[in-house]
Amino acid sequence: MTDERSAPAGAVLVVGGGISGLTAALEAAEVGKDVFLIERNPYLGGRVAQLNQYFPKLCPPSCGLEINFQRVKSNRRVRVYTMTEVKSVSGGPGNYQVTLESKPRFINNNCTACGACADACPDERDNDFNFGMDKSKAVYKPHDMAFPMKYVLDKSACSAAGLQAVKEACKYDAVDLDMAPKEFTVDVSAIVWATGWNPYDPTKMTNLKYDSSNAIITNMMMERLAAPNGPTGGKILRPGDNKEPASFAFVQCAGSRDENHLEYCSYICCMASMKQINYIREQYPTAKITVFYIDLRTPGKYEKFREKLMTDANITWVKGKVADIVAEADGSVTLVAENAVTGEKIKETVDLAILATGMEPAAKAQAAALGLSVDSNGFILADVNGGMVSAGCAKKAADVVTCAQSATAAAMKAIQASRR
Amino acid sequence: MEKKYGAYICTGCGIGDALDIEALAKAAKSQGMEAKTHDALCSAAGRELIENDITNDGVNTIVVCACSPRVMKDEFNFGDDKYVTRANLREGAAWCAEEVTESRSAEKVKEFATEKGQDYVRMACVQAKKGDVPDPYKLETINKKILVMGGGIAGMTAAMEASKAGYAVTIIEAQDKLGGKALGWRKQFPTAAPWTDLEEPTVQAMVDAVQAEAAITLKTSTEVARIAGAPGAYKVTLKAAGTASDWDAPKKVGVDEQDKISKGEMEDPNAGLQPYMADDASAEDFGAVVLATGWNPADVSEYAHLGYGKLKGVVTNAEFEKLAKTGKVPANVAFVQSPGGAEHDQDFPYCNSVTSMVALKQAQYVREDNAAGKAYVLYQHMRTPGNMEMFYKGAQNNDGIFMTKATVTQVEESGNGLAVHLKDTLLNEDVTLNVDMVVLAAGMVPTTSDKPTINLAYRQGPSFLDLELFDGYADSHFICFPYETRRTGVYACGGVRKAMNMEETIDDACGAALKAIQSIESADRGVAVHPRSNDGTYPEFFFQRCTQCKRCTEECPFGALDDDEKGTPKPNPTRCRRCGTCMGACPERIIGFKNYNIDQVGSMVKSIEVPDDDEDKLRIIVFACENDAYPALDMAAMRKLPQNALIRVVSVRCLGSVNMAWIKDALSAGMDGALMLGCKFGDDYQCHFVKGSELADKRMANIGETLGSLGLEPERCAVRQVAINEYNTVDAIINEFVEAIVDLGPNPFKGF
Repeated sequence: MTDERSAPAGAVLVVGGGISGLTAALEAAEVGKDVFLIERNPYLGGRVAQLNQYFPKLCPPSCGLEINFQRVKSNRRVRVYTMTEVKSVSGGPGNYQVTLESKPRFINNNCTACGACADACPDERDNDFNFGMDKSKAVYKPHDMAFPMKYVLDKSACSAAGLQAVKEACKYDAVDLDMAPKEFTVDVSAIVWATGWNPYDPTKMTNLKYDSSNAIITNMMMERLAAPNGPTGGKILRPGDNKEPASFAFVQCAGSRDENHLEYCSYICCMASMKQINYIREQYPTAKITVFYIDLRTPGKYEKFREKLMTDANITWVKGKVADIVAEADGSVTLVAENAVTGEKIKETVDLAILATGMEPAAKAQAAALGLSVDSNGFILADVNGGMVSAGCAKKAADVVTCAQSATAAAMKAIQASRR
Repeated sequence: MEKKYGAYICTGCGIGDALDIEALAKAAKSQGMEAKTHDALCSAAGRELIENDITNDGVNTIVVCACSPRVMKDEFNFGDDKYVTRANLREGAAWCAEEVTESRSAEKVKEFATEKGQDYVRMACVQAKKGDVPDPYKLETINKKILVMGGGIAGMTAAMEASKAGYAVTIIEAQDKLGGKALGWRKQFPTAAPWTDLEEPTVQAMVDAVQAEAAITLKTSTEVARIAGAPGAYKVTLKAAGTASDWDAPKKVGVDEQDKISKGEMEDPNAGLQPYMADDASAEDFGAVVLATGWNPADVSEYAHLGYGKLKGVVTNAEFEKLAKTGKVPANVAFVQSPGGAEHDQDFPYCNSVTSMVALKQAQYVREDNAAGKAYVLYQHMRTPGNMEMFYKGAQNNDGIFMTKATVTQVEESGNGLAVHLKDTLLNEDVTLNVDMVVLAAGMVPTTSDKPTINLAYRQGPSFLDLELFDGYADSHFICFPYETRRTGVYACGGVRKAMNMEETIDDACGAALKAIQSIESADRGVAVHPRSNDGTYPEFFFQRCTQCKRCTEECPFGALDDDEKGTPKPNPTRCRRCGTCMGACPERIIGFKNYNIDQVGSMVKSIEVPDDDEDKLRIIVFACENDAYPALDMAAMRKLPQNALIRVVSVRCLGSVNMAWIKDALSAGMDGALMLGCKFGDDYQCHFVKGSELADKRMANIGETLGSLGLEPERCAVRQVAINEYNTVDAIINEFVEAIVDLGPNPFKGF
């Protein structure tokens, strides 16, 4: 739990509080190690907190997060710092000094999450948790399962009157408008980088014209549209005009497997799109769906998941890369592709096109400044001396199962380093 | 411990507005507790109020009537020696109060919400009286050595990693040397950027390192006869590989089968073997086990059109690797990835993405060994996920490697070689290839698919359970928790749990070694491992009243309970995951935890006030799973969605822990219905104790009959499945049930 206790000897720093970082932190703590877990966002859970369901079980990620959060709450060896990032690292394996910086939340630990501040707040901000598809109040709870269960104030989105209203609404003296950034240093024996991934910027693929139409969304936006706590309460509607789409197209490898963008395969997108077809089928049992793909990567036990969809007469599978997307006047879009098997040119007009955008390592830009060694794609490599180790999608594109495995392995490496 | 109670009611966060606080205090008083109120109990001042009572009055048992037990856990933690119970007034009564409408006045809404709050206060007081702080179970002696079964890449990695963390390890390997399948590889996949080039095998270096490590004991040509005991205290009988031993693990014999064997109606499958509870004095002690017994190549002779076993020159990828390792491979080779012909486009069974990679590797052997060699890789879907895409790209740049999507319809003899007929290729036409050899991408069958392998001497039998869900792999069912299995202290890794490449195997084995260490250290601290990590309670049995019905030993999802010859359970607390399924199963109600037991929850249920003359105030008890249904209710309340005013919710560890006595308690106290809200069950079950909600559903069917015989409608009890993210619909599920009860009318035994 968050507190200001000083660093015990042999502690481990875990950077990133998504599923990989949470796993690494808990696995190490449950062996008996002290752990600092820091997270850039105001909440733990990372990308999986934004997902509606996991493949192939179609179970809610919040179920596993609930268990993990209870594990954190029952383990005093885990110290959590949200809105916190690494500024610099010095020292070496067994003995690192890491300077951290916490941004001001403007809401202190008195917050009971009663919500009176948000009720009183007149100002709104774009809700980044929902990729800007809706607004939240300027003082907000990041999501239903936010951990810590505390509000956050986006001061930049708040008027002077708004700030006053927020301050006055709180009965618990939890609003601290003078909160300043805080820098502090921890001594740790090992660092686990679990900084995760960002969706590849869809505007970089100029041929897919992401900005030209509301009918072109990314797969992560689709997760939010299908989620019960998303911008539409879980109803899959076209952003902008809230139309119930009658037809859908999935554009696989949007950025991945492409030398001009991400040369690697992003590992999850085939299964993610098939999962999202299940979301569509729940709400639109006979909607027409076209999937443009290079290969369908559903190896091993995932084949069963794919086979169920292959019998759906209203799904068309086209082996071929989408060359162009054209916005139509009625709000729909036309996808242009060539079928690689038949050579046939295809033009498919749909109400909603989903770009299966790939994973880009989130620490890519920051890595050089922190002295991390990364591969040519920005994935973090383990330090040969053993004190620094990467986990999850900071290490390579991977699904949740693989992330949890690599995070458990990273906890082991960190524990070994702390014996020095 | 002599209990000194303190009860505290928070009036903040709208509790004071929605509920009549005086009435709540009266409810506490009815349980003999003078409640103090505070307008923000979680604040520094609020906690000081409690801390002062602890310091000045010796309060050690604290009833916090405030928000949900899921929040403010740290704020209301007053040390391990203080017992704290929580009445969920905020999410449970205030925030989920009904809407005020024309037909529902504000006074009525408050009256109903207050009655709910009063019941929660009474229940928390009773819970405090009937529960206690944990007193962790400690083994008398703990052994921290790790047994690694299997000396391939996975086993060697697990052993090295555990030894680097300071733990002694014994590797047992059935072959006469370490190394496993990797010894037969000519080259291995790239393990680092740029991910394009094959690497020289590193297995011998690993073998050398393992042999040089003082903390690792090696036993080759050895197998496990049986593993008895529990985490921290396993007793393992080893034997020479390939031999039979009278210490081999006995097969599972169910209650009915044992009955038949005793009557001489059935042959004892374990005749000649030592009983599973026998104590082998020469067994070795271990603390945890890593299962890394790997895989065997799949049989591919069933695909007649591919000609394996009939046509000379059709081989498996494993056979081709052997050929490549020991000599020169032919110049023209086709690699077939998908056996479905025109029927389907799946890969061979047991493949995962490894076999795509193997074909790309072996295609390079064709080029290395033959100046004009040609390799044809024929796939339906090229599976090279993640960085392996670059390996695929590298192969595409090799002039002699031809790759195409293709449906392989037939392989037949043609002259001295083979003809491979293809349809639906990327050349937009049907093609016939003439080659010297055809390599089939046979899958990797786990050693657990047809043998127990782990050889446990457990009451529930020697194998992992329900592996058919994973095609026989010793895999986990849980996406977030890939190391969870139904046998605490045993962690699988490598090819036995999934077809995986070397890089994946090394990560997996490293993680499995950590889990093994963690289970040992948790046992040493006397706490549970996942998912109730750090829980210091464990089930205690009052054996004098045990009738040897064996329900607990049969139903425990983790096989924690063995038994003696009479059938009296023998608990193994370090195998236990604290779900309480045994407690739910026991008809004699003799199993319980310090802070969660039959008397406690039954008394909580009985403390609910049941008006016996008001048809508008029926009472429905709801047992909600603490991990999914209860959080869903909480989140619904945080969204200020109204919940039915007639329900009273009890958070339970798992629906499997719900003893039917509680349902009877509720109905005999005059409550009108009982609803159990648990996780989804079926093949994609979400229960983290595997079978809890499914077991509850079965038990409900039985209790329905009992109710019927008492003249009560079986529909008064039900199980409903709720996922944690169904907070928008959970109330509708409850309302549907409650409305059916309202239609049935009040419990006819009300008031008796």
